Amino acid sequence: MDILTGQLTRLAAVNPDTAAEIIARWLHDSQFWRLAHTEPALPMLPKNVKRALEDRPIDLHGFAIRTRRDDRLIGLIGLYTIFWPHRDAFMGINIGEREYWGKGYGTDALRVLLRYAFDELNLQRVSLSFLEGNERAMRSYEKCGFRHEGHERQAWAYDGRRWDEIYMGLLREEWEAMNNDKWQWSMQKASRRNSANG
Amino acid sequence: MDSNLFTGNLVRLAAMNAETDVAALARWDMDSEYLRQLDSRPHLPNRAKKIREAIEKQQSEDPNTIELSVRTLADDNLIGFVAFDGINWQHGDTFVGIGIGDPAYRDNGYGTDAMRVMLRYGFSELNLQRIQLNVFSYNERAIKSYLKTGFVMEGRMRGMLLRDGRRWDLVYMSVLRDEWMTMNNDQLTMTDAYGQLTVRSQHILHTWV
Amino acid sequence: MLTDQLFEGQLIRFAPPDADRDAELVSRWTHDPEYLRLLSADIAKPLSPAQIKKQYEEMDKDAEKHTAFNFAVRLKEDDRLIGQARLYRIEWTHATGSLQIGLGDRNDRGKGYGTETLRMLLRYAFDELNLYRLAASTVEYNTGAIRFFERAGFVSEVRRRQAIQRDGKRWDAVMLGLLRDEWKKRDE
Repeated sequence: MDILTGQLTRLAAVNPDTAAEIIARWLHDSQFWRLAHTEPALPMLPKNVKRALEDRPIDLHGFAIRTRRDDRLIGLIGLYTIFWPHRDAFMGINIGEREYWGKGYGTDALRVLLRYAFDELNLQRVSLSFLEGNERAMRSYEKCGFRHEGHERQAWAYDGRRWDEIYMGLLREEWEAMNNDKWQWSMQKASRRNSANG
Repeated sequence: MDSNLFTGNLVRLAAMNAETDVAALARWDMDSEYLRQLDSRPHLPNRAKKIREAIEKQQSEDPNTIELSVRTLADDNLIGFVAFDGINWQHGDTFVGIGIGDPAYRDNGYGTDAMRVMLRYGFSELNLQRIQLNVFSYNERAIKSYLKTGFVMEGRMRGMLLRDGRRWDLVYMSVLRDEWMTMNNDQLTMTDAYGQLTVRSQHILHTWV
Repeated sequence: MLTDQLFEGQLIRFAPPDADRDAELVSRWTHDPEYLRLLSADIAKPLSPAQIKKQYEEMDKDAEKHTAFNFAVRLKEDDRLIGQARLYRIEWTHATGSLQIGLGDRNDRGKGYGTETLRMLLRYAFDELNLYRLAASTVEYNTGAIRFFERAGFVSEVRRRQAIQRDGKRWDAVMLGLLRDEWKKRDE
């Protein structure tokens, strides 16, 4: 079984040469930017995106999300900060192509990453945080078993008001418990949907 | 709260000081008995400058090595070093190496004590799963010491070494987290002060709103 | 008040970090695992004076960029270094930052130095840097720190369950937050 392949997506290495243009285009979408970064939104040239990608440390566990159907690069996902002695890591996911929002691609990529985190890196816990108001992401995380752990109140300022940062966490034993029934069930469901769509 | 994570009965572990410790390290390197127990490469003393550069490089560049100096509790003498070399975080294992350079402190419990403290550090602070070492079969004193601290023989690479006209084995030993935890429950330093906190079992799930 | 001193308290004062003067002492503190394990969840590891100096150099880089503000905490009576205080991870467009305080010698704790350090650090953050929000983090076994921050008005906001492993047990990481409005009300 290929550990990095899911039902709808597969995780692959980010290729700075081919990905830079695409990612630069995503970054011009300020909504995308604000969901991904806390620094001020700013459009970037592809060559600067390429340099940023090339400068990333070699052991960073960051992946490109590609669709299985037509191998399209639709987003990025990864474990960006790993606390090895505590076996905990913060993850992040960003779907850059809007037409793939809300269709299960993000959730699928998430599941693949979690399997990588727990089965390959042997972590005990995966953590994440996101901007209040990102309902789509929250639903995806909840579906994967993440539990709410609190809010950093009024952490961010956008458009004249303040927004909380929401924290969630998933323990290894919780993921294992979910995996035994739900993963199987939803994989069956997805493959039925896929075959229904032809 | 504990104060003895770095402290044993005879020794304590301290930072390796590239400036002040180098003279001793260079001196030990002139002792062939020490080097032949430590290293399979041809016995060759290192210049102090090279030793200092190696320490500085490792401290600034290598997140997978932790090297500490061994000092006596009685009079803070630097007597040796102990190091986790090549920590493999993904699998939670590492090699450990130890050398007691000062001959006055060999064979009377100092090395055993230092290794004990280092193992506790590896299991209770770094949360490793497995600590391993290799040792030359002629180093009987060391093997006895390792067995005392909980290492288990795992295998031998037969005839790996040729010294003084005969062949010797490279012996592999290791200690696993569960084994060590069972043997050393009383060594876990945070138990007393925080005994009143609920000890979390692996199976208690916690829900927070 | 504009004329009230930012860096002079009653018992302690804030001074610039001085690696040459203080590296030996700070190195000694790092050989006390209690100090390190109360201060943060980073690997508790003794550091040499040279390694401390490197740390100071790294901190200076952030200070130059104004993404961090680092202070040496010195006793007024004899100018002895008793701890370190810093504001870091400053995000100017959001006016937020994190804070950290550490008193190195356990005999210096429980004497009010920490409380005064925190009071001065909060004033600096809210009245000089005009931050909107401050964060602090600790581990659940550090009940002293949690009480210390809550007494100053911080609210426990996030519990990252079993995020810290030490001594064969799992502990929650606790994150606390304080908003300027809340601080102003208490200050009055």
